[in-house]
Amino acid sequence: MILSDSAKLQISQTAKRYPKVRSAILPALHVAYEEHGYLSDQMYEEIAQVLEVKFVEVAEAASFYTMFPKAKRGRYLIQVCRNISCALLGSHHLTAYLLDKLNVELGEITADGLFTVVEAECLGSCTTAPMMQVNAHYYENLTVEKVDRLIDEFRSQK
Amino acid sequence: METKLLTQYVSDPQQHTIERAIEHGAYQAWQKVLKEIASADLIQIVKDSGLRGRGGAGFPAGMKWSFVPKDSPKPKYLCCNADESEPGTCKDRVLLEGDPHAVVEGMMIASYAIGCHTAFFYIRGEYDVSQVRMSKAIDDAYAKGFLGKNILGSGYDLDIVVHRGGGAYICGEETALLSSLEGDKGLARLKPPFPAVEGLYNCPTIINNVETLANLPHIVMKGAQWFAGLGTEKSKGTRIFSVSGHVKKPGNYELELGYSLRDLVYGLAGGILDDRPLKAIIPGGSSTPLLLPDKIDTKLDFESVAAAGSMLGSGAIIVMHEETCIVWVAEILAHFYMHESCGKCTPCRQGTGWMYEILRRIEAGHGKMEDIDTLLDIADNIEGNTICPLGDAAAVPVISTIKLFRDEYVYHIEHGKCKVRSEFKLRAK
Ligand SMILES: Cc1cc2nc3c(=O)[nH]c(=O)nc-3n(C[C@H](O)[C@H](O)[C@H](O)COP(=O)(O)O)c2cc1C
Ligand code: SF4
Ligand code: FES
Repeated sequence: MILSDSAKLQISQTAKRYPKVRSAILPALHVAYEEHGYLSDQMYEEIAQVLEVKFVEVAEAASFYTMFPKAKRGRYLIQVCRNISCALLGSHHLTAYLLDKLNVELGEITADGLFTVVEAECLGSCTTAPMMQVNAHYYENLTVEKVDRLIDEFRSQK
Repeated sequence: METKLLTQYVSDPQQHTIERAIEHGAYQAWQKVLKEIASADLIQIVKDSGLRGRGGAGFPAGMKWSFVPKDSPKPKYLCCNADESEPGTCKDRVLLEGDPHAVVEGMMIASYAIGCHTAFFYIRGEYDVSQVRMSKAIDDAYAKGFLGKNILGSGYDLDIVVHRGGGAYICGEETALLSSLEGDKGLARLKPPFPAVEGLYNCPTIINNVETLANLPHIVMKGAQWFAGLGTEKSKGTRIFSVSGHVKKPGNYELELGYSLRDLVYGLAGGILDDRPLKAIIPGGSSTPLLLPDKIDTKLDFESVAAAGSMLGSGAIIVMHEETCIVWVAEILAHFYMHESCGKCTPCRQGTGWMYEILRRIEAGHGKMEDIDTLLDIADNIEGNTICPLGDAAAVPVISTIKLFRDEYVYHIEHGKCKVRSEFKLRAK
């Protein structure tokens, strides 16, 4: 058992809100991701059991979306927007700066387990570009100084 | 000047609470609808107002509702499309975070008009604050008796379910949104049947954009004629424009339709960054053709932007100054469409990848002259040959940049580098 009882309860409660139980697959994946920070076949299986749907239905849905990765990431997942409005204000340099500062490659986990940096498509923050999302939160109007301060903060929180 | 109809209260830090929203008039329209307006009359009011969809296509909202079969024994559904992911667009977020009760009330009114008793709020998974505020707004509306069974003694029942997406641009397309909501991969579906007749769980379904819905309380309270008095002859009301890129004051500006692009870019948005010359503007999100500086006096309404050769789309105005390399812009957008293609039809699945590869090659300095025609060929093969409009959207930036800036492509290929510098530095402070 990987998913906690409370996660399973939350999944079965959510399912009751939908006319058809399959609609609860995405919400269930969110619950699992929030609990563990990644997904696995074992979690698909447990979700399938709770919802009484097939394993492949869960696996197929999960594989389609970017928010349900199977790989583990650092404690802080930094997603830098690479799309047009952010790019026009230097987001490519932001990514390069972060990789250099954290001494890591795109998608990898830093040696201390704290950070993973990836690029993302437009995150709907275009008027406050350049921006990045760190776990659930948006950080906007970024500058070198701001990024330095944020990384220090994350490191001190551990 | 801005016309703050939908955004009047969004800068009030407490507007997201039900108490403050009610102080500012929230749920009065909902009570009025329940007490005095029959659903057929409500549809007529919205038709008369001239309100058109704010999600991209600009389809008349009242007319779309009237396609829902009245005599169908099946349940009817409403979906609020809050998937906002068109590059350059962040205007729905202004409402979702700043005035969520206006969106909830809009959903209630639209649900009532079409006879829906279970409505879905589909929100892009990354929008964290929006999701929290909308969920709270819905919970508080239940607590006040504005949602649930026999609402305020009217005999009308309505539930709203919040559904978070999983990160996929295609799920903003209405049929893909429905697939996603049914628990499938977010694959687009062939139309017809249109969702209004056969949508979610094969039942009649209306999908409306956040901003479209947020207009409804105002139309109910102030009347169709009042609303029709805002804007131009065929483009009524206001729109929230997201202005981004090379301007001094990027931001979301709510303007009466028909406002001048020049006044927006050089007035409200403060002009071009570093006072450089303007190079091009994308007026309606990444899926719309570029406009050259000679179109700066275009009026911002559906018809005028179309006459200028582009589309009003999602209202996302992306401004680029002269140092922007156009091939690089095309490459960034091509990467986006390649990444977001749902893969269901071959021209889009393959074509978006090929276009990206070629653009990347040209941008990296290894382009061949025949690449330009190959790009046009691929774009041409995608256009009109796909299940949903994402394929067409992917072709747009390629075709438009080659048409307007062919010389830059040629320079890039001949010299192996940009004609202009496009190294936009990250600000130090
Ligand atoms: C690829 C693609 C993405 C779309 N994304 C969105 C979106 O994020 N939000 C939205 O409201 N409409 C989006 N649309 C338009 C919807 O399909 C639909 O037309 C719209 O939600 C209808 O609402 P409206 O009539 O109120 O504008 C998208 C369309 C396409 C083809
Ligand atoms: S055009 Fe692209 S996104 Fe649309 S259905 Fe076809 S493959 Fe999917
Ligand atoms: S382009 Fe970066 S948030 Fe939209």
